[in-house]
Amino acid sequence: MIQYIAFWLFASMVIASATMVILARNPVHSVMWLILAFFNAAGLMLLAGAEFIAMLLVIVYVGAVAVLFLFVVMMLNIDFAELRAGFVRYLPLGALVAIILAVELIVAGAAWSAGKVDLAARAAPAVTDRSNIQQIGELLYTRYIFLFEAAGIVLLVAMIGAIVLTHRQRGGVRTQNISLQNQRRPQDATRLVDPGVGQGMEL
Amino acid sequence: MTETFISWGMDPNWAWGVATVAGILLIALPLMLAVAMIIYADRKIWAAIALRRGPNVVGPFGLLQSFADGLKVFLQETIIPTGANRGLFLIAPIITFTVALMAWAVIPFNSGAVLADINVGLLYILAISSLGVYGVILSGWASNSKYPFFSAMRASAQMISYEVSIGFILIGVVLFADSFNMNEIVKAQQGHGLGIVNAFGFNLLLFPLAVMFLISSLAETARAPFDLTEAESELVAGYQTEYSSMAFALFWLGEYANVLLMCTLNAVLFWGGWLPPLNVDLIPWFDIPGWVWLFGKILFFFFIFSWVKATVPRYRYDQLMRLGWKIFLPISLLWIFLISGWLMLTRYS
Repeated sequence: MIQYIAFWLFASMVIASATMVILARNPVHSVMWLILAFFNAAGLMLLAGAEFIAMLLVIVYVGAVAVLFLFVVMMLNIDFAELRAGFVRYLPLGALVAIILAVELIVAGAAWSAGKVDLAARAAPAVTDRSNIQQIGELLYTRYIFLFEAAGIVLLVAMIGAIVLTHRQRGGVRTQNISLQNQRRPQDATRLVDPGVGQGMEL
Repeated sequence: MTETFISWGMDPNWAWGVATVAGILLIALPLMLAVAMIIYADRKIWAAIALRRGPNVVGPFGLLQSFADGLKVFLQETIIPTGANRGLFLIAPIITFTVALMAWAVIPFNSGAVLADINVGLLYILAISSLGVYGVILSGWASNSKYPFFSAMRASAQMISYEVSIGFILIGVVLFADSFNMNEIVKAQQGHGLGIVNAFGFNLLLFPLAVMFLISSLAETARAPFDLTEAESELVAGYQTEYSSMAFALFWLGEYANVLLMCTLNAVLFWGGWLPPLNVDLIPWFDIPGWVWLFGKILFFFFIFSWVKATVPRYRYDQLMRLGWKIFLPISLLWIFLISGWLMLTRYS
């Protein structure tokens, strides 16, 4: 009983907050609704018994990706009136994307109800009493090791690309040289003097 | 606790619900009391190191100072700046406070004495602590004021940077404990060093990680010397500049609850949690209740936190980022290699 209540609660909250993401006028509010949607999606994962995926969803999407969104949205200070001005112009394109998505959903649903594709070839974790961290790890590092490492290489290339694109040498920038600062000793920087009265000292 | 309620003749479903609520209260209320006393202790230790007296007027030895401060803050007017984003301005301190309490659900206080004994306990703590940054960012942005915004930017960059190295450090612990469950991690530490000591921290491979985790937890809770978010000479009072009354108090309580949580994590992950330090029954160690050991260790780490706050000058921001990304991150990555190599040699070959 409680799991049905939980399911409908999480599911309706995901849909409601996803709707609010596109309805909210303030982009910062949009990001906050997106975070709520992520959270409830994590709740749905928990109900499906995938607690590892649920925690990763919160750590990666809420803890890192959404923070990045929030950063960008807060600092850009977007002008909404200007954004809304293009609404009619982009309406046909948006409608086309929406129709394609809807058709795909319907086809997928119909195909799923029509009968099963033979999935015997796929590797699913055997149903045991072990935690799903161990099961995912076992599959990921044996059968799917090539895909796993390929994904890692793609991410590495993306990271290097982003660094190369944004890294530029600017002239006239004075950076901190930590090793020089650490090498500095008190006797290099200070001097103990005992000037006579009225004589003063040179600096 | 559920069994107790069932034995009183309650329906099992109801008993579970009542036991959970009772457990939440049993953790949250003493935690609030502990936060009040730990603020007093912090001020006393700080004062003693600075050769001052510290709070000594309200109550015997000034013990009731925190309660007097709380009452004062409670009676103040809540001021919301006109340019502020009202909803988010009020939600931000609530997020900070709630998140600081949520993580305690998976902390084991004694063998099996844990509110939610889930098998991804450590990941849950990582997930919850990554939420803490939202309270800070939102308060800085919603205040619609320069200095809180700068502070929020600093704080979020700092917290995210150190979360990365904390994550890698925790992987080392998980590799040794072979579990994400907090209770299992404590149990794995029993007799860890040649069957004598009950702590991962005495392991030569894990000791550097323990030191790095202590420093990272200082940075993660934005305590001195990493309190750049509240650098008063640059940012007035940081992200909480525009806050007053209860909203300010929630930040204050949340901050110290987070400090206590980090002390607890140090104790649980590296120094044996509720286990006595030695696995040898010199005096009847194991008859002393586990929570006494845990609380002793928490207080020890809190003393270190206060000590550092009183003695170490504040870092520069570039030094902070350098420490996180150029020193802790490579070292913790290297240590994962070392630890997994060592375990492959000794445990799994």
